[in-house]
Amino acid sequence: WRPRPLSSRGCRSSLGGLLLQARERERVREADMKHYEVEILDARTKQKLTFLDKVEPNATIGEIKVMFHKNHTRWYPARQSIRLDPKGKSLRDEEILQNLPVGTTATLYFKDLGAQIGWVTVFLTEYAGPLLIYLLFYFRLPFIYGPKHAFTSSPHSVVHLACICHSFHYIKRLLETLFVHRFSHGTMPFRNIFKNCTYYWGFAAWLAYHINHPLYTPPAYGDKQVKIALAIFLFCQLGNFSIHVALRNLRPPGSKARRIPFPTKNPFTWLFLLVSCPNYTYEVGSWIGFTIMTQCLPVALFTLVGFVQMAIWANGKHRSYLKDFRDYPPLRTPIIPFLL
Amino acid sequence: MAPSEEDGSMEEKETKKKPLSPFATAWLTFYNITMTAGLLISVPRWLVLAVAMIRFSYQKRTHKGLYRSIQKTLKFFQTFALLEIIHCAVVRTSVLVTGVQVMSRIFMVWFVIHSIRPIQNEESVVLFLVTWTVTEITRYSFYTFNLLNHLPYFIKWARYNFFIILYPIGVVGELLTIYGALPFVKKSGMYSLRLPNKFNVSFDYYTCLIIVMIAYIPLFPQLYFHMLRQRRKVLHGEVIKEKED
Repeated sequence: WRPRPLSSRGCRSSLGGLLLQARERERVREADMKHYEVEILDARTKQKLTFLDKVEPNATIGEIKVMFHKNHTRWYPARQSIRLDPKGKSLRDEEILQNLPVGTTATLYFKDLGAQIGWVTVFLTEYAGPLLIYLLFYFRLPFIYGPKHAFTSSPHSVVHLACICHSFHYIKRLLETLFVHRFSHGTMPFRNIFKNCTYYWGFAAWLAYHINHPLYTPPAYGDKQVKIALAIFLFCQLGNFSIHVALRNLRPPGSKARRIPFPTKNPFTWLFLLVSCPNYTYEVGSWIGFTIMTQCLPVALFTLVGFVQMAIWANGKHRSYLKDFRDYPPLRTPIIPFLL
Repeated sequence: MAPSEEDGSMEEKETKKKPLSPFATAWLTFYNITMTAGLLISVPRWLVLAVAMIRFSYQKRTHKGLYRSIQKTLKFFQTFALLEIIHCAVVRTSVLVTGVQVMSRIFMVWFVIHSIRPIQNEESVVLFLVTWTVTEITRYSFYTFNLLNHLPYFIKWARYNFFIILYPIGVVGELLTIYGALPFVKKSGMYSLRLPNKFNVSFDYYTCLIIVMIAYIPLFPQLYFHMLRQRRKVLHGEVIKEKED
């Protein structure tokens, strides 16, 4: 048994204790009222761009961006990168001012990310293109194969099936963009839309040209080949959709929290046991199916390029999972089970 | 297209005096000296022909021999430029950017002029050969002197000012050459793969060349403005330094 010190709970009931409490409450209120001053400098020229006084200590970076935007109307929040160090990492919008390693007069640095465009806008544009472009070739508009073949129809059933599959794929993507996906970043640099659209639209035109060509040669193993390819395609489309839904459910609306995805009751999601980004795995699978179905080299090249890009993305995602989560399942590889 | 645009980052690395391994320094010195020497050899030949051209009033026959006489050297050095990609890996600048540059040069040399004989005597060929030669000489002299830490100002000046006229002239020469080659490509159907075939693939060299020409529209301005920015940084940066002194 040891005697309790005076500052312990037992003291609170006494008058001295009451005075102590009152003084503490006043101190806390003072801290609340202590406003921050934020000066924002250009990260490159170190020129003072804005001085914000009377900033709440619990203000977020996002709110500071809005205040900054009021003083510089051309730099809307999405194109601001605010950091503690001119060459440092960008601070997230959710960060709270008083939690940052700054004094009550905070110096932050600004970098212009350039004109931004919304992810949804980009996705809709880049997916609507291939959908429509393929149909121009499928219906054989006169300027494509010449007037002799204008608006004619291919005798091969696989050509019609390919059109259905291709269109289904891009309609699915458009609907997912509108109703399923939850994006971590609202925007991307504006230039990306040209780059992305050139890629998607260009390849769509190139492969559609060959599949719908009057001199198209159907697959060497005929119906058997087409049936197997279709099965692969549909299986992977379902798989890809299942993963997208699972990822959506991982994140409650409006949240930007990151969690490890795990298999759900849906068997298609069991691929999470082996792979970090099964959505990419299924996507490559779909295109492999489409390649076998059409036996068309441009499609094979599109599949290959897509695979390389998705492997790079998957690897990046896998690394960031490993960095963020100590208990990340060790069996998982980025995109191909056991291999890559 | 005209000379490499990885220069900027390489500049920065050199001005920051990034310590290179002895192997890297030796390689760089050897490489730059060889390239400069090779180009200096092609210059006198061109000068002789240029003088001949000027002396007789402009007739097609006068520059007819130009390409044929320098073609071996040209092919050797432009293909040798593939080593530039390895060079980038050594000094750790952008391999992708330099790779694209080198590939476009090789494309012009092998897939356009070498392959399509009728256009070898076109004036447009002279146009870009001249600009390539002058630009390469300034560029490699710049690199060589820089590496030996003994850079005369006029070489730096030349390297950052000549391109202003040379780049557009070179591009005009290249585009005119490709455009001139089109009828021959169409007639001969060279390098093309036609349908029908088992893998449903086709390649039309004629369309490919047209796409290459169109690609100049977005790519050239980016290159040009990059060089202008480098120029402002390097030459303008010196003006600031002088003021401080």
